[in-house]
Amino acid sequence: MTGGGLPDGRPTLVCGPAGCGKTLLAMEFLVRGIVEFGEPGVFLAFEETVDELVENVASMGFDLRQLQADGLLVVDHVSVPYGGAHETGAWDLEGLFIRLGAAIDAVKAKRVVLDTIETLFGAFTDIAILRSELRRLLGWLKARGVTAVITGERGDGTLTRHGIEEYVSDCVIVLDHRVSAQTSTRRLRVLKYRGTLHGTNEYPFLIGEQGVSVLPITSLGLQHSASMERVSSGVPSLDVMLGGAGLYRGSSVLISGTAGTGKSTIAAQFCAAACSRGERALYFAFEESAAQIVRNMASVGIDLARWVDSGLLQFRCVRPSLLGLEAHLATMQQVVSDFEPDVVVMDPISDLLHVGAGEEVAAMLTRQVDYLKSRGVTAVFTSLNTIRDAENSEQQIGSLIDTWIIAKLEEGDGQRSRVLYVLKSRGMPHSQEIRNFILSSHGLELTDVFHRRGR
Amino acid sequence: MTGPDATGGRAGDGAYGEIVGSTGNPETWQLRLYVAGESPKSVEAFYNLKKLCEEHLPGRYQIEIIDLAEFPSLARSHEILAIPTLVRQVPRPFRKIIGDLSDTDGVLDGLQLKPRPTR
Repeated sequence: MTGGGLPDGRPTLVCGPAGCGKTLLAMEFLVRGIVEFGEPGVFLAFEETVDELVENVASMGFDLRQLQADGLLVVDHVSVPYGGAHETGAWDLEGLFIRLGAAIDAVKAKRVVLDTIETLFGAFTDIAILRSELRRLLGWLKARGVTAVITGERGDGTLTRHGIEEYVSDCVIVLDHRVSAQTSTRRLRVLKYRGTLHGTNEYPFLIGEQGVSVLPITSLGLQHSASMERVSSGVPSLDVMLGGAGLYRGSSVLISGTAGTGKSTIAAQFCAAACSRGERALYFAFEESAAQIVRNMASVGIDLARWVDSGLLQFRCVRPSLLGLEAHLATMQQVVSDFEPDVVVMDPISDLLHVGAGEEVAAMLTRQVDYLKSRGVTAVFTSLNTIRDAENSEQQIGSLIDTWIIAKLEEGDGQRSRVLYVLKSRGMPHSQEIRNFILSSHGLELTDVFHRRGR
Repeated sequence: MTGPDATGGRAGDGAYGEIVGSTGNPETWQLRLYVAGESPKSVEAFYNLKKLCEEHLPGRYQIEIIDLAEFPSLARSHEILAIPTLVRQVPRPFRKIIGDLSDTDGVLDGLQLKPRPTR
């Protein structure tokens, strides 16, 4: 987690509105504690029954029954009567303490989750006693040296409905669930964490098949190693333009241009070149189906079917609107980590703009570029420009990109001709020429230098 | 309904873990008091309860004291959160009262044992 983990032996409050994933985050904290750190845990559920919990988290691959049978986990449902009992004079929550104590002792628990302790506020009328008892409970948990996660529902203007944040002073994590452009994104923020440097940003997070994953926005820093190795773009004459040797391995390439300028063709040719070197290529297509791409590329002499059959090339075709940006990012990263490609194509990234606003797309692509770079994957992005002036349109992502190739159509002499040029290419002497190119039956071929007629 | 039944014995002196009061009478009230060790509130609750029973249920009550400090697992199986908790087992339905029972009217109300002036 962000900042090196939760405070050991101290309570942490996780709060947020209904359905933001508090219970799941808390459960994952316990299950990972058991599986990865050998720290048994106790889950005290005030809202859901044990069966419900077991079922709900089974979809994340957590087998609570097994952990219980192994004596590593206690899941206990505390049924809290609403409206409560008659209160006559002073009382305390010793029954709860004893119950929790017994559960902790039973498995020698190091981690405890109380989900959601605020339910108790519905059960008792003497809130003053309840508050002092909760304070005592948290002190007691600290004294026992267990690391606790307490969840709370977000209230009006306060972090939790009954203000329990005032008892949990060590670490507060706020979860949120926001819908923008009809796509919901879960976000996580560490509000306070005494004694550590923690990230203050909101981190989008996702509940996937592997549980909760937080996607740091920029936490990776800029520490990827820079490879000196060069790889061919698949177009020999383009390699010549790129300092004569092609692209750096692990760099990121943007090919932008208007419709019908051959962006996908360049990307496909790059994949084919990688596969012919025996590397693995992964092609994310947001517009066309795999079959369509294979057929279209076959018409210009690029045989992708062969590489698909040999397993070196994989297509992932999804409509951008299928998922939110965060979900796209997480799914893509999952696929990348499973397939371990050397080359990744995203065609076209401009389609993602249908899903999120410009700066969100840029933030997401930053993370994608970072992620791919950190894995040494060479990435090719294509981008469709709606404006004819290509260089203005992707300023937000242009700075992330190492090599930027622009393709466009020029009109003149009674026909349109395709031209491309290298706008920038970091770390190599690249050609300044504007070159004509044709899509022949052998793929893309650069021809002569483009001259505007009549000069 | 008849008046107070005389079959039961005198209330015991209240040692912990003991069943105090009469047994064997179908009209006997069975009360269960959950405590945690000999904390002041627990002791207070027991004496308040005994006094109240002697006054309102002489000879037809039975108090079972369950010390959760001694039997921690019962906190879970009997769903006891607050201490002290008094549960009216018989007559049904169950009624739950928490606190040290110092508020006598509150306890009588909770047990539905209001003194009836007609008797």
